[in-house]
Amino acid sequence: MNEKMRMSIIYTVLTIFGLGMIVPFIWMISTSLMTQAEFNKHESTFIPKETYYEWNHSSTNGEPTSKVAKQKVILVTQNATNSIIHTLDKEGKIVQEYLSVPSSEVKKITKIPSFHWDNYTKAFKKVPFATYFGNTLYVSFLSLIGVLITSMLAAYAFARMEFTGRDFFFYLFLSMMMVPEPIYLISSYVLLDKINWLDTYQALIIPWCVNIFTIFLFRQHFKSLPQELFDAAAIDGCSTFGMLWRIMIPLSKPIIATASIFSLIGSWNSFMWPLVMTNRPELRVLQVGLSYFNQEASTQTSLLMAASTFSIVPILILFFLAQKQIIASYAKAGLKD
Amino acid sequence: MKTKWKASPYLYILPAFALLFAFRLIPIVMSFVISFFDWSIKGTGKFIGLINYANMLKDEVFWQSMTNTFWLVIIVVPASIVFSLLFAVMLNQIKALKGLFRTVYFMPFVTSLVAVSIVWKIMFNEQTGLMNTMIGWVGIEPQKWLSEARGIFEIFFSGMGITLPKWLGGPSQALFAIIIMTVWKGLGYNTIIYLAGLQNISKVYYEAAEIDGASKMKQFWRITLPLVSPTTFYVLIMTTIVSFQAFAQIYLMTDKGGPLNTTKLIVYYIYEKGFDTLDMGYASAVALALFILILGLTVLQKRLEKHVNY
Repeated sequence: MNEKMRMSIIYTVLTIFGLGMIVPFIWMISTSLMTQAEFNKHESTFIPKETYYEWNHSSTNGEPTSKVAKQKVILVTQNATNSIIHTLDKEGKIVQEYLSVPSSEVKKITKIPSFHWDNYTKAFKKVPFATYFGNTLYVSFLSLIGVLITSMLAAYAFARMEFTGRDFFFYLFLSMMMVPEPIYLISSYVLLDKINWLDTYQALIIPWCVNIFTIFLFRQHFKSLPQELFDAAAIDGCSTFGMLWRIMIPLSKPIIATASIFSLIGSWNSFMWPLVMTNRPELRVLQVGLSYFNQEASTQTSLLMAASTFSIVPILILFFLAQKQIIASYAKAGLKD
Repeated sequence: MKTKWKASPYLYILPAFALLFAFRLIPIVMSFVISFFDWSIKGTGKFIGLINYANMLKDEVFWQSMTNTFWLVIIVVPASIVFSLLFAVMLNQIKALKGLFRTVYFMPFVTSLVAVSIVWKIMFNEQTGLMNTMIGWVGIEPQKWLSEARGIFEIFFSGMGITLPKWLGGPSQALFAIIIMTVWKGLGYNTIIYLAGLQNISKVYYEAAEIDGASKMKQFWRITLPLVSPTTFYVLIMTTIVSFQAFAQIYLMTDKGGPLNTTKLIVYYIYEKGFDTLDMGYASAVALALFILILGLTVLQKRLEKHVNY
């Protein structure tokens, strides 16, 4: 098999599977722009298409008038001369029933593509998504700050200080990382109940202000910094904390970026914990709000799809802006093992 | 020379340690303790020894959830490894559009499981879903997907007129739908990990193989596969651990693990026992069983890795 042939096979396979990977997103967006009736009729798969009848009463009783009025209608029956229609208002509600009009005035309209952007505003207003977005941003941001502070401090000690029990603490941290979240979910609930933290913001933030993986990420980086830097700083009278603040942090920008990306994506998408630990609607984060919307609006497919779309857009924007950095971070973190 | 430190290092690890102690270590120990109690949501509960564990062994739904989870893991892990390695090997050979493909493959991984679960639930809808539309294009009749409790092997063989005994039926088609979605969600991450692993393999081996006239196929089996095996083990262990914890898909795509409990996975069962039935002692016992299982499998895979790695 020659090189050209091999390459075209590779590109074909990659394209087919690539389409498979994004088809759910494409379908999500196109469905989010359809009317519910159109989705249920199941006429077009990807390009929103709308078919409806329009009563064009530019003429009344055969006399042309200056007023041209177009009105969406439902066609009940039609013969060569007369049609029976229901007229509809802008929201699609029936205004007049069984109106008899000349058939020449009723036209079938097919609109391709027809985008119903109002699905987005409808979905956004149906439940307080603005609150959910706000909660998620608030929780994500505060836990990010917490994670960065606790991780850098601990990593500094683990990487560049010698103290009794260092290895013990290090392995203790490591082993705690091995325990998956579902294992301690029930007991965390009991614990937060005992300290009256259920249904509070701190239940969503404080326990997630530490991330063991991030500690290791920083520790690895801090260890790689040359000792001479610290010796020179010590001679200049720099304090222990000053070294972290003035030397290590400025040299850690890529790691800070990586850790922030992991933390933000993690808290934006976190679901099980907030689902269990909060109950009040005003405390719902985006993912929990979306899951309730999934139950409440289970038959309103286009609204559900619109809500799904706007809930992933912020993360997708972040992803597209920093995709090289994000993909490289995940790849590097995986190899560190 | 190491610098002498004045400030106590303990102060530096204190914030992280305090949080981990309060919200990780204590809950982990509590989880163990609670599993010996008849613990409902409020109050302290009553010590009942090993009763929760004894009940667990007799609980049919527990065993069904375990079986379902095993099916999911046993299909998702190899499927994910095969596909992601295939994609990575292909991506590693191209130059044009490489970034675009990488982005496209990685997209499902960064998007929220809740949103994509909703999308896939609608995709698997019997009447209006995209799945039935697409299999219709290649002439396959519409399937019931998430509402089908019959096993996939049972369905396959009954199409050929063979009736399989119940225990050979395999995972339900509903669970199979969950499996498809779960593979799709994690594929991009594994592909990226493999791509990084492949880039670590020295070109020298391939050049030598070319000189010896080894075919591309042979190069893959004799060079790529053995040398990428550390990555394979990483992917194997991570995918196994993550697959055991599948929850959101079940919560959002199915009706409480239905039809007929065929999509009830173990973490969903823990959630249900803990927060629907409010039997937290029992739920903790199940959680602990899951933990021991995951730990055991991880140790086993690590052992295996020592035997295989180059």
